Amino acid sequence: MADERPIRVLIAKPGLDGHDRGAKVVARALRDAGMEVIYTGIRQTPQMIAEAALQEDVQVVGLSILSGAHLELFPRVVEELKSRGVDDVLLFAGGIIPKDDITAIEAMGFKGVFGPGTDTNDIISFVKSNAPQRV
Amino acid sequence: MSNSKQDWLDGTWAKATGRNPQRRPRFESSSGAEVDPIYGPEDLAEWNYHEKLGYPGEFPFTRGVQPTMYRGRLWTMRQYAGFADAEESNRRYKFLLAQGQTGLSVAFDLPTQIGYDSDSPEAEGEVGKVGVAISSLADMETLTDGIPLEKITTSMTINATAPILLALYVAAAKKQGADLAKIGGTIQNDILKEYIARGTYIFPPRPSLRLITDVFAWCKDSLPEWNTISISGYHMREAGCTAAQELAFTFADAIEYVDAALNAGLQFDEFGGRLAFFWACHSNFLEEIAKFRASRRIWAKIATERYGSKDPRAQMLRFHTQTGGATLTAQQPLNNIIRTTLQAMSAVLGGTQSLHTNSYDEALALPTEKSVEVALRTQQIIGYESGAADVIDPLAGSYYIEALTDRVEAEAWAYLSRIEDLGGALQGIEQGFQQREIQESAFRLQRMAETKERIVVGVNDYVTEEEIDPDLMRVDTALGKRRQQSLADLRAKRDNAAVQAALKKIRAAARTNENMMPLLIEAVEAYTTVGEICGVLREEWGEYREVMTI
Repeated sequence: MADERPIRVLIAKPGLDGHDRGAKVVARALRDAGMEVIYTGIRQTPQMIAEAALQEDVQVVGLSILSGAHLELFPRVVEELKSRGVDDVLLFAGGIIPKDDITAIEAMGFKGVFGPGTDTNDIISFVKSNAPQRV
Repeated sequence: MSNSKQDWLDGTWAKATGRNPQRRPRFESSSGAEVDPIYGPEDLAEWNYHEKLGYPGEFPFTRGVQPTMYRGRLWTMRQYAGFADAEESNRRYKFLLAQGQTGLSVAFDLPTQIGYDSDSPEAEGEVGKVGVAISSLADMETLTDGIPLEKITTSMTINATAPILLALYVAAAKKQGADLAKIGGTIQNDILKEYIARGTYIFPPRPSLRLITDVFAWCKDSLPEWNTISISGYHMREAGCTAAQELAFTFADAIEYVDAALNAGLQFDEFGGRLAFFWACHSNFLEEIAKFRASRRIWAKIATERYGSKDPRAQMLRFHTQTGGATLTAQQPLNNIIRTTLQAMSAVLGGTQSLHTNSYDEALALPTEKSVEVALRTQQIIGYESGAADVIDPLAGSYYIEALTDRVEAEAWAYLSRIEDLGGALQGIEQGFQQREIQESAFRLQRMAETKERIVVGVNDYVTEEEIDPDLMRVDTALGKRRQQSLADLRAKRDNAAVQAALKKIRAAARTNENMMPLLIEAVEAYTTVGEICGVLREEWGEYREVMTI
């Protein structure tokens, strides 16, 4: 049954910042919730992230950034994913992201933006209800 | 009437809690150790004043490293700042100095920290974001313009590229005509915690450690007032570890640096007095005070028992404190002023030498001028109005503070010996030990917030609906382009033959044990850029790869 296959998630850190506490906590929480989680580590270029998403055949990509470079780097990740034909993944983001930027990020195709203080249960249910089904 | 703590616990306390239970079944320290409802003389039964505390300015320095502490002068109020380009940051520094700040603390952008110039492709989107972009001496000259480097001390949060940024600072000071014997300040220069938590490493450990000892050796004679390293627990704490882990992981790193310097032929007492430390201050008010006190006692023991130090200056743990960035909330941001105030008070009661207080909007963006001013005023109010700075180590002798100081110390020693068993800090890092421990603690804290065992006001309780963020600081998006242009101009007009010659010498020295500092100064004086120098060193030494622990 399609439903029983675990959801595959890539948690990635674009840009140069090394603040990986949030990314690791989310990766661990999603894994504890039964998902298959691949964490890229820090300092990933948009190309590396898109390539990992393709190779690992994930349904979900979560990006974490705390340096303030999200408006520059997120569109590039989306672009790189598209150029590899990865256009059916659920995108979400986390980190230090001002509320004013959320509309722009949603317009890029991100379905959720989770800031500091988020309950990981909210992220788990967000992913479960929005991840595209695999046939 | 009870005759002892146990008596009271069995009688009066048991009766009272039988009627009305505690609001929580168990109260804990940050490491999860149970905290009693009361402390008394029984908890200090074996405790000896002279052995545990002594007097300020005397071994084991538990009560403070200076005899006069804040009666002589208050701690250095040092706000970490830097953004956009050198010109903007220079303006912020002058503003802070005009507001009564007493030392500078430079934040660099990530490309500068990782050895990329502002015009390098890796720098895209990151230029000037989390700190100031410095690629060449021209930038450093602008950054320090109108600031007398002989009179002010500067702390630079820089690690992988620390020797290069120090070379730039020295070159700028020389251009001001300053006497290098009078130049004071600190570079963080602590690469091991970058591998563990902060992430701005470039090279593998061995050449990185060599650069650090080059700085120790060069500064000893050429820049005698400079603190050559700030061995930092801050970032590991921010990444999630406990107070005792913060101490243990930091001292394990310190031991690694000291051993590297001893292997390079230096004597402990020659450089021990130039080692500085950097602690976080989180929200458990009393435990943090105990941590600061315990840290001084531990270092005094390491210096004397392990390294046979004879010079008290090399046994004193001097430290900078920053309040806990990770304790700030994006929700109800004004509450962060109160959190920061309490944490700053802990740092003062714990005897810090310098302090950065976070601004209330830092969980949202870089701080604005207004929020930074409130943060600085917080320190001034503690210093001038609260009375907390008028008596040295005023909480000494409190049963709880002393019991807690002993406990944090014991927990830190236990962790330290686990790391020693793994073969030291570096071995631990390569096996992912510290990284995993930190992750576990971070995850535990997250879970405790989610189950409400830990209340974070405004986040998981006392929540209100909020619509918009307060005014936030934004870095000009055209900055990257301007920086590219100014670097292109610099490369066109400098003496490129001198640059190539300097880079050639650096490449050659990378293959030997020659001290790198004089060569770096020569290179930056010819306007060789940070990225060009790191490019050569990357080719020679390769790059570190993260140990995956999740």
